[in-house]
Amino acid sequence: MKGKEISITEAVKKFVNDGSTIAFGGFTQNRHPMSFIREMIRQGKKDLVVYGHSSGIDLDILVGAGAVKRAEIAYVGDEQFVTPSPNFGKAAEEGKLEIQDYSNYGATLRFLAGAMGLPFMPAKTMLGSDMLKSGSDKGKSEKKFHLMECPFTGEKVVLLPAAKPDLAIIHAQMVGEGGTVMIYGQKFADDIIAKAAKEVVVTAEEILPEEQIRQKPALTCLPFFEVDAIVKSPFGAHPTSCYGLYDYDPDHYKIYVKAIKSNSFDEYLERYVYVEHREYFERIGGVEKMERLRADPVLGYSPNLKR
Amino acid sequence: MPEEYTLKELMVVRASKEIKDGEKVFIGTGLPMIAGMLAKYTHAPNCVIIFEAGTVDSKLLDLPASVGDPRCVYGASTCTGLFDIFSMLQDGKIDIGFLGGGQVDKYGNLNSTAIGEYRCPEVRFPGSGGACDMACLSKRVVIIMKHELRRFPAEVDYLTSPGWMDGPGGREKAGLVRGGPTTVITDLGVMKFDPSSKEMYLDSYYPGVSIEKIRENTGFDIDCSRAGETEKPHIEEIALLRNKIAPKGSLR
Repeated sequence: MKGKEISITEAVKKFVNDGSTIAFGGFTQNRHPMSFIREMIRQGKKDLVVYGHSSGIDLDILVGAGAVKRAEIAYVGDEQFVTPSPNFGKAAEEGKLEIQDYSNYGATLRFLAGAMGLPFMPAKTMLGSDMLKSGSDKGKSEKKFHLMECPFTGEKVVLLPAAKPDLAIIHAQMVGEGGTVMIYGQKFADDIIAKAAKEVVVTAEEILPEEQIRQKPALTCLPFFEVDAIVKSPFGAHPTSCYGLYDYDPDHYKIYVKAIKSNSFDEYLERYVYVEHREYFERIGGVEKMERLRADPVLGYSPNLKR
Repeated sequence: MPEEYTLKELMVVRASKEIKDGEKVFIGTGLPMIAGMLAKYTHAPNCVIIFEAGTVDSKLLDLPASVGDPRCVYGASTCTGLFDIFSMLQDGKIDIGFLGGGQVDKYGNLNSTAIGEYRCPEVRFPGSGGACDMACLSKRVVIIMKHELRRFPAEVDYLTSPGWMDGPGGREKAGLVRGGPTTVITDLGVMKFDPSSKEMYLDSYYPGVSIEKIRENTGFDIDCSRAGETEKPHIEEIALLRNKIAPKGSLR
C-alpha cells in the first residue's frame, strides 16, 4: 500500500470512535460509502451522531444495527423503493432516535459554514416551516437556529449553525495515492462535507498514482491535504449507484426492505454485513450481478437494468 | 375493451400542463419527474429540468429513480451539487417548484415530516429534503399528490414546506420573499388558490369523478362553485407515458 492507503478495517478502527459525529457522502440511492459503513457495524461502533442532507441506506443500516444515537438530517429515504428508509422510520416512530430536521439547503449550508471556518450561515430558506419552531433545540447548550433581521436590509433571515463533524467518509470513483479526489457525476455536497470535517477518509473504486490524477487538476474536487486516509474499495457504494461505473441494485434494495418489514433484519446483517467484502460480493450476485449493473460509458448508468 | 386512461395518468398529464415552454422547473422525485418528462416530450421541449442533487437541463432518456440518479446527468448543461442548485433557487432564478408530500392543507402547506407528535410520531415521513427549499424560494409551486381524506386535513400535523401559511400576508410575515402554491393536482381533480383568501378551491374535476367524491376526500370545506370538467388527455400523451416514460405500469 502506498501513500495514504490503509485497509478498511484499519480505517474504521483508527477514525471512528463511539459517539463520533460523522457525515457520509452520497445522496439517497447514490454513491454512499457502504463498504465503510458495513465495517463500522462489524466493529460494533455505537452512539454515533450522523449529520446528513439526503440520507438513505447509509444511515438506515446503521440505525438498524443500533449504532446511531442522533441524526441531523433533511431526508432519509430510498426514493424509488421505500420512504422513509424502513429502519429510520421505525426508530423515529418508536422514539428511539434523536432527530433534528433541516431542509436540504439548510443542511448543506451548515456544512458550508463548517467548510468556511464560520460559526453559522444566513439563509432565506426554512422560514415559516415548523423546522424553525420550538421543541427543536439541539442540546443543552446548542441552538438549532436563530432568526434575525439583516443588519443591512432589515429583512428576516435564519442563521444556521455550522456543522463540523469529527469525520467525513466519501466514496469516490478515483483518488490519488496522496489523497487528491476525483468524483464523476453529481458531487452532491461531498466536497463541502469533506472540507467541513475534522478528518476525512475516502473510499474509492480505484487508487491512482498521485501524478496521474494530477494530470487533470480541473476535474479534481478535494486537494490531497484534506484527506487523511484512503481505502481501495471496488463496488464500495453497492447497493447504491456509482455514476459512470455501476447502477443502484434494485434486487438488493428489495431484499433489504423485505428483511426489515418481515422483522428479519438480524438475518440480513448476518448474511450481508458480517462477511468480508469478497464474500459480500458473491452473496449479492457476483460477477453476473455486476455485469447487469455495469454502467454504459456514454450514459453513465445501466440502460437495460430491470428496475 | 381496455380503459382509455387511468386517473393517475390523467393526473400526470394535467400536471405536465403546468410547465410552460422555456420555464426552469425544480423537480422532486416520483410523479413530478414523470410530469416533467412528459412536458419536455410534448408541449415544453425547452423547459429546463433541474434536480437538487446537482444537474441542470439533462436530456432524460430514461426515468430517474432518484433526483440524484445517474440518469439525471446525461446531456446536462452543468453537473455540480446541492449548494449550486439551491443557491440559484434562493437567488430567484427558478420558475416552478414541483412537489409531492404526505399531507396538504387548505392553504397549501405541506407535511413531509411526520403525522402525530413530532418527537414520537404515529407515522414518520422521509423529511423535507429539498421540498421546503422549493416551497420557500421558487416563483411558484405546483403540488401533485393522491387525493385522500387523511392527506387533506384542515391543518397539517407538521408544516414542513410553507404554502400560504395562515392566509393572506402569511408568507410575507414569515420573511419569505416570493412564491407560494398555485395548483394542487390529484387523482381526482385540480385545485387552485383564491387570490384574496388564499384558500384552496376546486378548479376542475376529472371526467367520471363526482364533486361529492372530492368533498368526501377533503378534510375541510372546499369551494366547488367554480369547478368544471377537466379536459381529457390525448392518446399521444397516454402512449408516451405507457411506452416511453413510465413503461412499467406504475400509473395503472
